[in-house]
Amino acid sequence: MSKIKKLHQQLVAKQITCTELTSGYLKKIEEKNGELNAYITITGEQALATAAAVDKKIAAGEQIGLLEGIPMTLKDNISTNGIETTCASKILTGYKPIYDATVWELLKAQNAVLLGKTNMDEFAMGSSCETSYYGGAKNPVDTNYVAGGSSGGGASAVGGDIAVYALGSDTGGSIRQPAAFCGITGFKPTYGSVSRYGLVAYASSLDQIGPITSCVEDAAIVYDAISAYDSKDSTSRGNIGGSTQNAINNDIKGMKIGIANEYLQGVRDEVKTAVLQAADVYKSMGAQIVYFDMPSLKYALPVYYILACAEASSNLGRYDGIRYGYKTDSYNSIHEMMCKTRSEGFGAEVQRRILLGTYVLSAGYYDAYYKKAQNLRGSIAQAFNNAFGICDIMLAPTVPMTAFKNGEAVSDPVETYLTDICTVPINIAGLPAISIPCGKSTNGLPIGMQLIGNKFEESKLLNAAYKYEIESGVLLK
Amino acid sequence: MSKYELVAGLETHIELATNTKIFCGCTTEFGGEANTHCCPVCIGLPGTLPKLNKRVVEYAIRAGLATNCKIAEISKMDRKNYCYPDLPKAYQISQFDKPLCYEGYVQLSNGRKIRLTRIHIEEDAGKLIHKNGDTYVDYNRGGVPLIEIVSEPDIRSVEEAREYVEKLQQIIRYVGVSDCKMQEGSMRCDVNISVRPQGSDTLGTRTEIKNMNSITFIAKAMEYEFERQVDLIESGGSVVQETLRYDDATNTTSSMRSKEDAHDYRYFREPDLVTISVSKEQVDAIAKTLPELPEAKLQRYVQELGIPQKDAELLTKYRRITEFFESASIGLQNPKTVANFILGSVFKTLETESAKEDFKILTTPAQLNELVKLIESGKIKNNLAKAALDKMLASGKGATDFIDESDMGGLDEAALTELCKQAISSNPAAVEDYKNGKEKALQSLLGYIMKNSRGKADAQAALAMLKDLAV
Repeated sequence: MSKIKKLHQQLVAKQITCTELTSGYLKKIEEKNGELNAYITITGEQALATAAAVDKKIAAGEQIGLLEGIPMTLKDNISTNGIETTCASKILTGYKPIYDATVWELLKAQNAVLLGKTNMDEFAMGSSCETSYYGGAKNPVDTNYVAGGSSGGGASAVGGDIAVYALGSDTGGSIRQPAAFCGITGFKPTYGSVSRYGLVAYASSLDQIGPITSCVEDAAIVYDAISAYDSKDSTSRGNIGGSTQNAINNDIKGMKIGIANEYLQGVRDEVKTAVLQAADVYKSMGAQIVYFDMPSLKYALPVYYILACAEASSNLGRYDGIRYGYKTDSYNSIHEMMCKTRSEGFGAEVQRRILLGTYVLSAGYYDAYYKKAQNLRGSIAQAFNNAFGICDIMLAPTVPMTAFKNGEAVSDPVETYLTDICTVPINIAGLPAISIPCGKSTNGLPIGMQLIGNKFEESKLLNAAYKYEIESGVLLK
Repeated sequence: MSKYELVAGLETHIELATNTKIFCGCTTEFGGEANTHCCPVCIGLPGTLPKLNKRVVEYAIRAGLATNCKIAEISKMDRKNYCYPDLPKAYQISQFDKPLCYEGYVQLSNGRKIRLTRIHIEEDAGKLIHKNGDTYVDYNRGGVPLIEIVSEPDIRSVEEAREYVEKLQQIIRYVGVSDCKMQEGSMRCDVNISVRPQGSDTLGTRTEIKNMNSITFIAKAMEYEFERQVDLIESGGSVVQETLRYDDATNTTSSMRSKEDAHDYRYFREPDLVTISVSKEQVDAIAKTLPELPEAKLQRYVQELGIPQKDAELLTKYRRITEFFESASIGLQNPKTVANFILGSVFKTLETESAKEDFKILTTPAQLNELVKLIESGKIKNNLAKAALDKMLASGKGATDFIDESDMGGLDEAALTELCKQAISSNPAAVEDYKNGKEKALQSLLGYIMKNSRGKADAQAALAMLKDLAV
């Protein structure tokens, strides 16, 4: 059963007060965060104040919403008025936004209890959370392994039960990959369905906020709450597919589940086996499995790294030490001040991507890289469009492997880039996708599978995910 | 005549007079305490997103239509990346390869058309303030909407450049999208200039003189740069492509950066904004709201109202004057009278160009209309009206405050004869002078008549009668 619903019922039935619930979580954070390193900032005081307000409502006999009083976290690239928002970067140390991100505005209005801001790869650039200025978040299943990235802190917190749910952001897999590594649910909605206003940009045309939860129903509940149209974001469309909570339990008999052959190549055997077993579960529920080729998928990685880095090089230009955040100590000119601030304030991975992005946009290289990548982006989107002509939902691995050992990912960045192969095509095409657990490796690490939907068909996607979750007994284990 | 021909094209930046900025709701008002017209969006705080102000698109289309441009059905915004403290996002949101307006022209009085390549919309940057050895940034101007009007290299003389800028200014003010105040920076020009032997049709190497904020400076800088380039070539050298700044104190240009140091702006599509689509219907609707443009108005004043060309040019120079003139002329047989009053009495009270442009006077068009009606109905004479108008302009009061019933209506023949006789008998010296051949002496007699008739006497009739009686 949905963890959010369960806690909601306990609150309503007065089996537990919101203050008790919140204190409990704060205590667990105190115990476990030292090891998990999931949180960068803990906002205990604010959490307890919200909890007290919720308790007052309950005591007064007022109705409360599903998310009211539920302890949660935000990735540290989601702007929170008056609360430090660092993007896990030295360059934003001490930066306190003067406004709230739209998602936080929406949740705050529902009395969501913010426990703190969670760890991440610096500016969401990384796949292990280890590019964080604050050190990486650890995998709650086995802390010798990383939580994944970039939303590693959120996944670690939800997996380690030091938050009920988390909001992360996903530019190339940053919600789904850590969810897969930590054995929980990570949902990246359609580009445009959740407002990006207040999300510190990495790659604007790919970034999307979404929930990290312990089950599909929770993902549906949170998604429904944050997917409002926002006039402050020109690319916002809102939840035009309608409530997903109402649709998750629909019958999936006759649903066509598509598998692109390319998605099973270069994938570790135990991951491939787990995904194919999931296909069998679908078959047993009356769904049809269809296989097809998507040759353009082989361009997805280079396309992603070119476009994401190009946009990042522009988005990160503003961190110059003049207005906010870190500023170098000594300098003789404004030019030197900016250069030193950026050299000292950005970590190696961020600098690498800024350099790469600057290069691909330069005069003389633009056509060979950026323009070509844009064209291929169109081809990849078209290939998915065609695929959804022959199937309802696509099934794929989330990651070709299980979680990296601590330190493994950062030692070879290019090798690590390659592990994003399954998740980046989704962002390129702007589609919704969810990662849910589908088994364990021989060394006991979670394996995640990815379900991909057509644009704004979140309802159908979460329906397929929920049905599998119930059928496979993941919830019962 | 010089052996060389000047070739120039202008890039003109104009601040649009929208109430709010291009990507947020902050005011565009000029001035204000530093950093008080700002919000998270226009200071580019992390996570903020731009939201395109529809009014900006509409204003740019107005400017485009008024300069004979085509309007792109589909256009988009791009990022122009460069790093400077007055640019808080380290990129300017502008338009690169799909401008909103393209292929227009401005016609000069010599009949030549200066073709416009494009008009695009973009945001202005903030301003650096150097004080006590420190540098501060004021972002009030950051995000104020601009249009950039780019001309083809069609300008062939400093005079043409001057007229082109004046025409642009006039047209843009007419359509109400900017006040084009160069001294306040709401209109600024970059000039691309090259020279070539007369008769040649290939372009020489150009230099670009940046950011000039007065027509006089533009003219002086162009004259200087033309001579400099000609001298270079004549002395066996060649022009180097570079960006120059003009120093008005020394009247010289100096290098800002060479071609090699030119910025690589790494333009790419702004992913935070969606495609701008403008339908033909929307363009037509905007076109319907455009006022009569200066050129058409000038022709009409000359041809239909019979106003002399020079006078019509003065009247149509600023939109507020034409509005006043047209409103004051409603229902009159001869609008020329109104024109003459404006160019005479009214202009006398408006000494500077900017006073004429603002056209802030106490008299309303209706008051002037009433005054001219009194003339047209024969109730008062021109000179009486003129005297009344001066008082009206000084006080804001209406004609009837200075002309009472007894002033209305002309003098009949008998009354005029009587007055003339009085004039002659009261001014024997003047009569004597006149008889001795001093034609001018009659003026003092006429003055007497005007004074004693309180301006009601017809000057021509009075003069004729004086001549009859005095001889």
